[in-house]
Amino acid sequence: MSIPDRLSGNEAVAHAMRQINPGVFAAFPITPSTEIPQYFAQFVADGLVDTEYVPVESEHSSMSTCMGAQAAGVRAITATSSAGLAFMYEVLYVVASARLPVTLACVNRTLTGPININNDHSDSMGARDAGWIQIYAENNQEAYDNYLQAMRIAETPDVRLPIMICQDGFITSHAVENILLEEDAAVKAFVGEYKPENFLLKHENPLAVGPYDTCPYCMEHKVQLAEAMKHARRAVLDVAADFEKTFGRKYGFFEEYRMEDAEVALVLIGSTAGTAKACVETLRAQGIKAGLIKLRVFRPFPAQELAAALSHVKVVAVMDKSEGYSACGGPLYAETLSACYDLPVRPTMINVVYGLAGRDCAVEDIERVYRHLLRILETGETGEKYIHMGQRSNEQEVL
Amino acid sequence: MIRKAKDINEETPWQEMTVGGEIPEGGTARLTKTGEWRSNVPVWEQDKCKQCLLCVPYCPDSSIPVTAGKRVEFDFDHCKGCGICWKVCPFEAIRMEKEEKA
Amino acid sequence: MAYNHKAELSKPERFVGGHRLCAGCGAGIVCRAMTRALDEGDKAVICNATSCLEVSSFLYPYTAWEDSYIHSAFENTSAVCGGVEAAYNVLKRRGKIDDTFKFLAIGGDGGTYDIGFQSLSGAMERGHDMAYFCYDNEAYMNTGIQRSSATPRFSNATTSPTGKVSDGKQQNKKDLTAIMAAHNIPYVAQTTFIGNFKDFHEKAHRAIYTPGPTFVNVMAPCPRGWQYAAEFLPEICKMAVETCIWPLYEVVEGKWILNYEPKKKLPVTEFMKLQGRFKHCFRPGNEWTLEAAQTYVDAQWEKLLNRCV
Repeated sequence: MSIPDRLSGNEAVAHAMRQINPGVFAAFPITPSTEIPQYFAQFVADGLVDTEYVPVESEHSSMSTCMGAQAAGVRAITATSSAGLAFMYEVLYVVASARLPVTLACVNRTLTGPININNDHSDSMGARDAGWIQIYAENNQEAYDNYLQAMRIAETPDVRLPIMICQDGFITSHAVENILLEEDAAVKAFVGEYKPENFLLKHENPLAVGPYDTCPYCMEHKVQLAEAMKHARRAVLDVAADFEKTFGRKYGFFEEYRMEDAEVALVLIGSTAGTAKACVETLRAQGIKAGLIKLRVFRPFPAQELAAALSHVKVVAVMDKSEGYSACGGPLYAETLSACYDLPVRPTMINVVYGLAGRDCAVEDIERVYRHLLRILETGETGEKYIHMGQRSNEQEVL
Repeated sequence: MIRKAKDINEETPWQEMTVGGEIPEGGTARLTKTGEWRSNVPVWEQDKCKQCLLCVPYCPDSSIPVTAGKRVEFDFDHCKGCGICWKVCPFEAIRMEKEEKA
Repeated sequence: MAYNHKAELSKPERFVGGHRLCAGCGAGIVCRAMTRALDEGDKAVICNATSCLEVSSFLYPYTAWEDSYIHSAFENTSAVCGGVEAAYNVLKRRGKIDDTFKFLAIGGDGGTYDIGFQSLSGAMERGHDMAYFCYDNEAYMNTGIQRSSATPRFSNATTSPTGKVSDGKQQNKKDLTAIMAAHNIPYVAQTTFIGNFKDFHEKAHRAIYTPGPTFVNVMAPCPRGWQYAAEFLPEICKMAVETCIWPLYEVVEGKWILNYEPKKKLPVTEFMKLQGRFKHCFRPGNEWTLEAAQTYVDAQWEKLLNRCV
C-alpha cells in the first residue's frame, strides 16, 4: 500500500536511500543537494540504516570513495550539484569505464561561473558523455520513483553502468509537494540485493580493477561500454514495467502530453514540464493543437522513439535549460535534431535556451514559445533557430 | 565467452574481453617474459653462496625464488638483469655477464 | 616478534615478476616488501595511484598483484581505499564476508606529496583503517622526470632543469613524513632499503597491523631519473641514511623515535656524487650548492633529533 505524505524532492530521495540501505554513502555538501546527506546522516545517527557514512573532504573524493566501495562489492551512493559534479568529472568517466553501477543523486544547479546556486541543467549536461545513465524528474514523486528504479537498471548484468538520478535544484529539491511513498519492505523487495559477479573482497578470487589499457585493448573496452549503454535502453523499460506492475505508476523514456494530434510541441526536461502542461491545457481549451514531450531518460538517448513521437508534429521547440556555447544550440536540441534526421518528413525545429541560473519560466513564457511556433506554422518562416528566452535586452528579442 | 588473461591477446574480439578491463585473477603478469629485456645476466656461483638471502628482497622483479629456506636459480623468465643482486651480495657469489641472445 | 629474514623471504610472493617497471626500479622492491609484511592468511586490497607502478603492474590483462587491486586516478587513491575499507566494514557487519582483509594504498611522490595530498590528508583525518605507502623517487618519473614537491633542491629535473642561469630545482623538498605525523595518526614511519630489510619490514608490518590510518614514506631510487647505473641502488640508499638526508625514524602515537643514528654522519656529497641529477653541483664555481645542501640537511637533522625521544 502506498503511503501519502508531503515531502520535498531532497527528502523523497533521502527516503528512497534509507529504504534501500546502501553499503556506503560518500557525502560532501553542496547547495542545493546538501539536505540529502544531512537527512541520511540523521538516518545513520538514529540507527535506521547500517550504511557506512563517509563524510569526505571533497566531491572528488566522494566519487572516488564510491568507486572503491562499489568495486569492493557494495552499493555506493552519493549526492551532488553543480561544481561538485564538475569536480567529480574525471572520476565519473573512470567509474563508468570500470563498469561500476554507482548511483548519484544529482540536484541540478547551474555550473559555476559565475557562481550561482539556482537551477539549470548545465552540470549534468556537461557529464552527458561520461558513460552514465541519466534520468530526470519533473517533481518529487518522479525523483523518488526514479531513484527506486535506478539500481536495478544500473546493475543489470549486461548494463553495469553508473546512474545519475536528476531533479531540479530548489524547484523540486526544496518545494514540498504531495507524494506517495512505498512501504520499506516493498521497496527492499523491488530493489533486491546487489550481487556482482566479481568484487575486490570476494573470497574465491582476487580482482584487479582499473588497468593501464594499451591501444590494442582500450578501444574494445570503450565499445563494450557503448554496447552496455544500448542495453540500458531495454533495462530502463523492463524496470519501468516491473515498477508499474508493483507500484502502479507508469514510466518510459519520456512522457507524451497531448501529443496524439499535436501540430506544435515542446521537448523539454524536468520541472518546467509542470508549467508547460498548464499552458498546453489553456491552449487546448482555445482549440490549439499543442503538445509536450517531457524527456525522462537522456542517457541512453531514446532517439528512435522520440523521432517517432515527433514525426507528425509540424513545428517543434526544443527547450534547453543549459547552454552548450556551441553557437548553434543546446545539447537537447542537438540530440533531438539529430534523432529526427532520418524521418521521411521532419518537423521544423527551433531551440529555445531558457531558465539559465534559475531565471524564472512562467506559464506566460511557455505560451510565448507556443505562439511563436504557431506563427512559424502559419507563415512558414522559421527565422532564427537558436533563441534565448528570459534575458533583458535592449533589442527586440524573438521571444 | 569471457576469456582468462592467458587467452586474451591483441586478436581477442571485444565480446570476449573481460568487462571494463577487470581481471578476476592474480599474478597474471607472470605471463610476460620480461627476461627478454636483459642485456646483462646474473650468474649465481653456488659454491660461494652462503644462503644469507640478502639478495632476495632487493630484487625488483621477484626473480630470486626461495624454496625450503634457500635461494635457488634465478627466474630468468622475469629477471631484467639490473645487477642489484650482484652489488648487494657480500660474498661475490653473483657476477654479471653479457647476455647471450639465442 | 623478532624479524626472521629467512622466514619472511620464504613466504609466497605477492608481487610477481613480469611487471614492466624498469630494470632496477625501487618501486618493485617496495611492493614486494610491503606485501611481504602481510601475515599469511590475511587478504589485502591494494589501491594504487596512477604512476609508473600502476602502468607497469596492471597493464591489461596482466596484473603483478596476487591480491585484489584497484586503480582509479592519479590523485584519489586514498579516497578509493577509504571506500574499499568502508565497504569491508559494512559487509563484515552484515555477516557477508569471513575473510580478514587489510587495505594498502600506494602512490609515488607525485600522487602522494602533490596531486594526491588532499585525498590522503582527508582519508587520514577520517581514520580509515588503511596503511598508505609512498614510494618516493623524488620526481614525476612516469611522465619523464618532472620536478615534484619531493624533488630535492638542486636536482636536475625536466621541469627544473639546469642551465646557464639555473642550478636545478630552486626549492627544498617538502617534509611530508612530518606533515603526516602532524595528522596525529597512530603510526608514521620513514624507511628505505637497508641491510636485510628489517627496518622496512617491521615498519610495514606495524603500519599494516596498527588499527587506523598509518603512513610509511619509502625512499625508492629511480635509476633513470636519478641518473645512476641500476646496480648502485643499495649504495645510494645506504648513503641517504648515512648522510642523514633520509633518516630512519617512526612516530608512534605521537612519540618520535629515531631508529638509526650514523656513528659518523657523512657529508651529503657522498649521496649526491653517486647521481647524475646532481652532477652540476660538483662543477667548479658551484661549491655553494653543496654547502647549501649540507646546511639544509644539517638543520633538518637537528630538528629531527630534537623531536626524537
